[in-house]
Amino acid sequence: MEFFLQQTVNGLTLGSVYALVALGYSMVYGVLKFLNFAHGEVYMFGAFAGYGVLTVLGGPSALMVPVWLALALMFVGAVAVSSAIGVALERFAYRPLRKATRLAPLISAIGASFFLQAAALLLFTANSRSFDAPTLIPIQTGMPLGPINVWAIRILVIVTALVLMILLTWWVRSSRVGKAVRAVSFDTEAAAMMGVDVDRVIVVTFLIGSALAGVGGVMVGLVFGRIFHLMGFIAGLKAFTAAVVGGIGSIPGAMLGGLLIGFAESYTTAYISSTFQNLIVFGLLIIFLLLRPSGILGRPELVKV
Amino acid sequence: MSHIGVDRWVAESEDREEQYSGWTAPARRLIDKVPSGWRLGVFLGVVALYPFLVKPAGVRIGITVLLLALLALGLNVVVGWAGLLDLGYVAFYGFGAYFYAIVSSDQIGLHWPTWVAIPVVVAATAVLGALLSLPSRRLVGDYLAIMTLFFTQVFVEIVVNFERLPGVETDLTGGPNGIPGVAPWVLFGFEFNTFNRNFYLLLFLLVLLIVGLRNIDDSRTGRAWRALREDTLAAEHMTTPVNRLKMLAFVVGAAIAGLTGTIFASVQVGVFPNNFLLTFLITIYAALILGGLGSIPGVVLGAIAVAFTPEILRNPGVAGWLFYLGLVVLLVVVLKRWVRIVSVLAGLVAFGYLVRGLALSIWDQSILGTANDTFVSRMVDGWVLVLGDHQNIVSNYAFVLAVAFLLGVIATKGWWKAALLIPTVYLGILVWENKLALQPSVTRQLLFGGVLVVMMAVRPQGILGTRRVEIT
Repeated sequence: MEFFLQQTVNGLTLGSVYALVALGYSMVYGVLKFLNFAHGEVYMFGAFAGYGVLTVLGGPSALMVPVWLALALMFVGAVAVSSAIGVALERFAYRPLRKATRLAPLISAIGASFFLQAAALLLFTANSRSFDAPTLIPIQTGMPLGPINVWAIRILVIVTALVLMILLTWWVRSSRVGKAVRAVSFDTEAAAMMGVDVDRVIVVTFLIGSALAGVGGVMVGLVFGRIFHLMGFIAGLKAFTAAVVGGIGSIPGAMLGGLLIGFAESYTTAYISSTFQNLIVFGLLIIFLLLRPSGILGRPELVKV
Repeated sequence: MSHIGVDRWVAESEDREEQYSGWTAPARRLIDKVPSGWRLGVFLGVVALYPFLVKPAGVRIGITVLLLALLALGLNVVVGWAGLLDLGYVAFYGFGAYFYAIVSSDQIGLHWPTWVAIPVVVAATAVLGALLSLPSRRLVGDYLAIMTLFFTQVFVEIVVNFERLPGVETDLTGGPNGIPGVAPWVLFGFEFNTFNRNFYLLLFLLVLLIVGLRNIDDSRTGRAWRALREDTLAAEHMTTPVNRLKMLAFVVGAAIAGLTGTIFASVQVGVFPNNFLLTFLITIYAALILGGLGSIPGVVLGAIAVAFTPEILRNPGVAGWLFYLGLVVLLVVVLKRWVRIVSVLAGLVAFGYLVRGLALSIWDQSILGTANDTFVSRMVDGWVLVLGDHQNIVSNYAFVLAVAFLLGVIATKGWWKAALLIPTVYLGILVWENKLALQPSVTRQLLFGGVLVVMMAVRPQGILGTRRVEIT
């Protein structure tokens, strides 16, 4: 029972991170109907930006500022770097291809992802870095949850992710720009005719999606320790899986899918096999894609001529 | 421009007319004047002489080029003709290589004769291709791409962890260590155990494949594939058997990849999991996109360009020349007018000395390091800053700044563009001299990634491809 609860908390933490990254995939797919392959790399750069801020502030063992401020600054740094990369990707790699054939933006995205990976390799070398969270926040006894103790940092991650998702849901539902995002993802042409500035909506979508990915990157660094230049690839694949399982284009779907993938991965690692966790998660996706490509909360898309 | 209701020859002649304008026009006109059989003959003649002109190491590079050309031609069937974005292609190549290695090495003690092994391996890879084509019945575009990408990932994971799979008793794949000691091809008592022999074997197969693919391209199936690529829905309404054609494309691509895999295993005398990673898939795609999706000579040309790149980058002298030559070409193409080119060059020289002077007056001579030991690097040594102790950190910042300035150059016009080019080019040279020239493999990755993005925006049809029309 203890073990099971521990794994549940693991799954919840991992799932919140996947959900944040999956939101970026899902939102971009919603407005542009295309898969941003480079999203995983945006997340990776977010993690490194957080690490960079931490290093500038003196590193985990010799912080020059209070811990809460350091954490806040790390998130701010990650959001700044990630959203800058996301917006630059949109402007320079995808916008020229709006009217191009279907394959063109996909290939461009694969190229951009490869370029960003190589840039990270050049800048940060192939060594992995550690946030050293136990030194940073040495609170061993977090909240006692039944028979187990949950680390404070995990609670922080789960709560932050939850708050961000609630804010996003509110924003998409009620704010002016949020409504425009929904309008564009429903029907781009009609939205443009109604006076929605489509270009601006797309930029905002990339901005928010990338910022969430940056936050996710820092969270992974805080909870699971190591960050490295290839971390974006597998995490990107899994987050995409989450977006698809939940129903791509749907925001609550991405959150649900992220949590499901997080639980699936955590229980697989614990009860079946840690070597094949990736295989099992991908197997899940393949089954899902084949049986219900529109996902749990998505609606099937009709092909129009 | 629409091709509906236009006779194919007329349609293509319009395309040809269009290609006769612009900067590639003279080359294209020249190429189109020569009949294709002659072109292939000339190509064959030049390539056949290649091993006599270079050292054995050069022949090894030639083999890499030919392997890549074969792979790119196979991928061209799936992506270029049928329009299915297949990211699982490298797994077929790996499957062929591993299958051949398992049945022709001491791994499990099997030593099949080549004439048995090859047909079996190719057939098995083709069956695998047919299986992977099944999802393409339901999934298109992004979904198919991601699904096939999972396939690549699953392949690598299975190969690396084969021993640990449930119910497995013999270690077929050798895990992360791969399979060493693979026997070479032996046909009619002739052993393909030298670089030269393998080179001609590959050349023979390449010519065979080019002739075969040309015939397919002009056939009923080839036209049906193109119909599928341009508009699947319309093709289906015209009673084209869409699912069967998709499967056929996957099968042909997989079979070519499997065959190439067997030769690769035999040439390398072993197979290792890291031969079949995503990096290599991107390399094949770079060749395909650079040369031109759908065009056979384009794909071969792209493979030559892409396969030679790492070899060029490995030689710092040649790489330096090419880098500076590339910069000059870039300046000319971007600025067009000679007034601007001259002013940018003058500004660049002044800017370089200014930065150097400022840096040396703030700190002192001790920040300087030694220049790379090549002719070009020594030439620019007194001008660009080549750093010592802080080389790494400074060139990191310079790299980020250079990318940012480059994006600025793309986004601006006229004199602004010219003005922004000065710091961009200076930072580019700084990064090159301090970092990129020393790390050829990273430089190659940056280059291939950049090529994919730039080609899609500037010339999606590649160097020799034909423009595609997508009707929506």
